Amino acid sequence: MITQTNTSEVLKRPIIHIGAIRWIRQNLFSNVFNSCLSLLILFGLYKIVPPLVQWAIIKSHWFSTSTECRATGGACWSVVTSNLRFIIFGMYPRELHWRPAIAIILLVILLFYSKNRQHWNNRILYIWPIGIFIMGLLMRGGLFGLESVESSKWSGLPLTLMLSVFGMFAAYPLGIMLALGRRSKMPAIKSLCIVYIEIIRGVPLISMLFMSAIMFPLFLPEGITIDKILRAQAAIILFTAAYIAEVVRGGLQAIARGQYEAADSLGLNYYHKMRLVILPQALKIVIPPTVGILISAFKDTSLVVIIALYDLMKTTQATLSNPLWMGFSAEAFIFLALIYLVCCYAMSNYSRKLERELHS
Amino acid sequence: MQQESKISDITQPAKVSFWNDPDKRAIVYQVVTLGIVGLICHYLFSNTLANLERQSIATGFGFLKKEASFEIGESLIRYSAADSYTRALLVGILNTLLVSFIGVVLTVFLGIIIGVARLSENWLMAKLSALYIEVFQDIPLLLQLFLWYAIFYENLPSPRQAINPFAGLFLSNRGMVFAVPESHPAFRYVFIAIIIACILSFILKKWAKQRQDKTGEIFPVFSVYACMMLGFPLLAWWIGGAPTKMNIPKLSGFNFDGGVSLSPEFAALLLGLVLYTAAFVAEIVRAGIQSVSKGQTEAAMALGLKPVLILNLVILPQALRVIIPPLTSQMLNLIKNSTLAVAIGYPDFVYIANTTINQTGQAIEGVAMIMFVYLCFSLLTSAFMNWYNKKMALVER
Repeated sequence: MITQTNTSEVLKRPIIHIGAIRWIRQNLFSNVFNSCLSLLILFGLYKIVPPLVQWAIIKSHWFSTSTECRATGGACWSVVTSNLRFIIFGMYPRELHWRPAIAIILLVILLFYSKNRQHWNNRILYIWPIGIFIMGLLMRGGLFGLESVESSKWSGLPLTLMLSVFGMFAAYPLGIMLALGRRSKMPAIKSLCIVYIEIIRGVPLISMLFMSAIMFPLFLPEGITIDKILRAQAAIILFTAAYIAEVVRGGLQAIARGQYEAADSLGLNYYHKMRLVILPQALKIVIPPTVGILISAFKDTSLVVIIALYDLMKTTQATLSNPLWMGFSAEAFIFLALIYLVCCYAMSNYSRKLERELHS
Repeated sequence: MQQESKISDITQPAKVSFWNDPDKRAIVYQVVTLGIVGLICHYLFSNTLANLERQSIATGFGFLKKEASFEIGESLIRYSAADSYTRALLVGILNTLLVSFIGVVLTVFLGIIIGVARLSENWLMAKLSALYIEVFQDIPLLLQLFLWYAIFYENLPSPRQAINPFAGLFLSNRGMVFAVPESHPAFRYVFIAIIIACILSFILKKWAKQRQDKTGEIFPVFSVYACMMLGFPLLAWWIGGAPTKMNIPKLSGFNFDGGVSLSPEFAALLLGLVLYTAAFVAEIVRAGIQSVSKGQTEAAMALGLKPVLILNLVILPQALRVIIPPLTSQMLNLIKNSTLAVAIGYPDFVYIANTTINQTGQAIEGVAMIMFVYLCFSLLTSAFMNWYNKKMALVER
């Protein structure tokens, strides 16, 4: 007892908290160069931030008409608020907007459910197809007394989400098959896969989209047409699959030879060897780069604007081509940027979290 | 008897049925796969031929010699609407190369600065760089292009009220115009002088390396090199009569006359490409620098190397090895992303090929040309970077 009180008297509490002034000295003014740099940055921020706040918040209009907006110099967020329903749902019949809204909410719930690694089991394999079926039913209608809506009217956020989510889910198995094909010992299959992967990775996505929009109709026999959205979707899937294949190949190469040999010596055939031994390990390693590819696939869906599909970007452009709202592009595009920023940031944050969990 | 037959079974390889022999099975798989792929190709090909015949579209590249009859906003070579499609497409290729080359150089430069700033001791600097990287990575490039273009086009005044931040530079919704030195024969000498300086410094570097290998003496290559690169052109300029007259842009009618102008399309495309790709390059540079362990620096210090030499001989060679492969793929991305020019109307190769397709209806040839050209760009860039990578790779003994 006595010794304990003694040591507690002798040893001082270690300094964990440093004062604000000391923190500033350590982090901003540690030497001459850093001090100059800090002052320069602070001056720059002083020059940029107050006018920006003035423009974006203080002088801005949120729920006004465009004539009121034009009168003052502030940001005109009204361009977003008064056209919000068109920007988000596009040409979908106005009285039926609740249907895509529920479909989006369902998708978000499904994504949140799948986020938890404890839910990664067989049940998720049933939940997703059912969810996708319900979403498709809500969008398409025609059953259970729901009014049918043609796919040419699907636009805005539902189209963007659909193109990216289906693109990801369909490209993933295709990418795995391509990667396995590239690692195969059969020369014909191997070279087919290599040629496919290298060509797709060498050309820009736009050329694939052009192909789907203007070349593909020529490939089909007379009288058969395939929906424009479906063709763009196929182009995105084929494009993303080549990138996923390369990532998965990296994972396959990282698996030690002993694993392959062990599976062989157990007498497993090729399917079981891959399904039970190799792929579970390989896919786990490559989760972070895969999420990176999925993020860029999500951003790349915005390119369908170029072949005139009404995704989120195109509905915004259509709003801006209305003479009433012409000239407020910056505000509308900043709003779109925020939507993309939130989605991509959530995904990359999740990938980082997953990486940490899998490493430990 | 039973025993004997068993032994003979083991010593003589048992006859494997056709289906259980992996080698033969592989042949069957491959033949089937090739057959299916061939059938699909044949099906699509015959459909295409039938469709083309029905729509009476001639196949082949004969249309390339025809008159293009459309104007192109900006061009590096002389071009008019009376020229052929071949020349129009060449204009597109040159424009793509121009924006890609300037873009790659600026991106690497900006990416390195931001990547280093991300690791700065200065809290503000590090946080600002991190914010930049996160924000610019997460916004689609196309959206960034639209945003920059809108800012240039809508928010800048007309040429009459052009913003003039300092003498010789004008910003308006017609683009950026700046003053350049007026053409003079002296500048030809300057150009020749730069080439001579490059050749001489290359020879000097080889000689200095040989001498260092033989005698161990170090020749101050870098300072001599800098002197030559600055001194030779200056000397040529002075000998040529030291012209100082500037070609200052003047307002005439609705636009500027004289100087060099950058169109808002080009400026928006370049700005978007550089800011977007630099965010990715910055992350790569940060990871590369962090991959060199602190012990390497300390070991170099213990050997008594100067800070410049530590950076040049110890840190950079190791960091570059980590940096180059992902950097290559970012450069390829930049080249491929330059195709987004078509969305804001900069006449790059895709834009002109697309116009050609719309005018002639030669969709297959047009898309094939786009794919072929970008495939060539990609292969050339990756060949160059692979060569550079091999040069930089660790020489293991």
